[in-house]
Amino acid sequence: MKYSLLVLLFAFMLNAQAQEKYFAKDAKVYFLSDTKLEKIEATNNKGVCVIDATTGAMEFSVLIAGFQFEKALMQEHFQENYMEMSKFPKATFKGNIKNFGTIKWAQDGNYEMEVVGKLTLHGVTKDITNKANVAIKSGVPMAISSFEVLCADYNINIPSLVKDKVAKSVKIDIAAKLQKLAK
Amino acid sequence: MKKILNLILIIAIQLVWTFSSFAQEDLLSILGEEEEQTQYASASFKTNRIINLHSIENTAAGVLDFKIAHRFGFLNGGLYEMFGLDQASMKLIFDYGITKNLQVGVGRTNFEKIYDGYAKYRFLHQSSGKKNMPISLSYVAGIAVKTEKFADQTRKNYFTSRLYYHHQLLIARKFNNQLTVQLTPSLLHRNLVSSSSEKNDVYSIAVGARQKLTKRIALNAEYIYNLDANQVAASSRNSFSVGFDIETGGHVFQLHFTNSTSMVEKGFIAETVGDWTKGDIHFGFNLSRVFTLVQPKVKL
Repeated sequence: MKYSLLVLLFAFMLNAQAQEKYFAKDAKVYFLSDTKLEKIEATNNKGVCVIDATTGAMEFSVLIAGFQFEKALMQEHFQENYMEMSKFPKATFKGNIKNFGTIKWAQDGNYEMEVVGKLTLHGVTKDITNKANVAIKSGVPMAISSFEVLCADYNINIPSLVKDKVAKSVKIDIAAKLQKLAK
Repeated sequence: MKKILNLILIIAIQLVWTFSSFAQEDLLSILGEEEEQTQYASASFKTNRIINLHSIENTAAGVLDFKIAHRFGFLNGGLYEMFGLDQASMKLIFDYGITKNLQVGVGRTNFEKIYDGYAKYRFLHQSSGKKNMPISLSYVAGIAVKTEKFADQTRKNYFTSRLYYHHQLLIARKFNNQLTVQLTPSLLHRNLVSSSSEKNDVYSIAVGARQKLTKRIALNAEYIYNLDANQVAASSRNSFSVGFDIETGGHVFQLHFTNSTSMVEKGFIAETVGDWTKGDIHFGFNLSRVFTLVQPKVKL
């Protein structure tokens, strides 16, 4: 009987730990295609993100429709011709923070994270590994990451006519102010 | 007995644990159901004209769409006329989006020396999701001034005789990514007509469509049916045009064949004389280039 109580206690502990989750519903995603001829930028302030601090699992999702460009025509071409939004409305990432054990979420500090997982974009899923950073200040974690996406990897064709204006590799910056999930 | 109970307990706990870790597979779901968004139909046509007719597309707010349009002579002019290329009528069009639903424009064509202007407002915008709307609906009101010298200088001519008005409804549905169909009933009012057998008011209904062929090339067609042949001159025919939209980054090229000479509503609705069966076909193009005049407030 003592043994089973111990197991029960252990299970409860696990349960309590499992509630350490952080989320953001207004993560900022910045898109930049920079060439000598044209700079194309867009932002999306509606990125959704959840990080499970106990397992290191994380997910990120963003709607293609939410990217705002300076030029309406660029936005239309982004949605219609490049991302084919009606077929692939979302871009998602599902992965793990490899060194999640080293992050002390309750303590202020700066942590390097190594994130590995699958990025799904334009209907194509690829494994990616990327560095990210989380800065915890007065208990509020701010996660940032920056990476490059090669258009060809995700079957995004750039017509030869505009090949000097649209970058083959676009830069993505992500910033998410995380909140602790209350349960 | 105790041992068995213990075993059952452990198995049960393990099961719960496994299930709860299964539940963690989809982390985003813990944020609850996603709020349903409204998806507005966009890019129903490549540009704001089908060929001669207005399309359901509006120029975006703060954007100027500058168009140069040409209609060459009839193809049946043969080699002597270089299949029509020896003659050309042209039109300059400036379309500007004031808001996302309101667009205005002015134009000048050398054929009959016409200045024209219009306003176009989108009342309904096709959407799905949170807000469901099966069609888009716009209203176009326009005026044209024919500044060519009056044919008969001896009679008393009034300025008002130079004026033409038109009212149109654009009813369109983007059925899928490729196909858009538009119905356009029009009322054209002509202050002066060439003979008493014609009517000042011309009622017509047009159908236009766009079928995408590739991501950047689409096939367009439009047909304007005059509801009563007695409204217009006996020589007048219904306008039929077919062409391609080719999109190249900032430009849209519209290359087409049409039996209408004029690029103004009063002309292509009521005064089309070309007969497709006899080869009275104009080759023509609209070249569109957009300029963003007012940057939207996007914080980058």
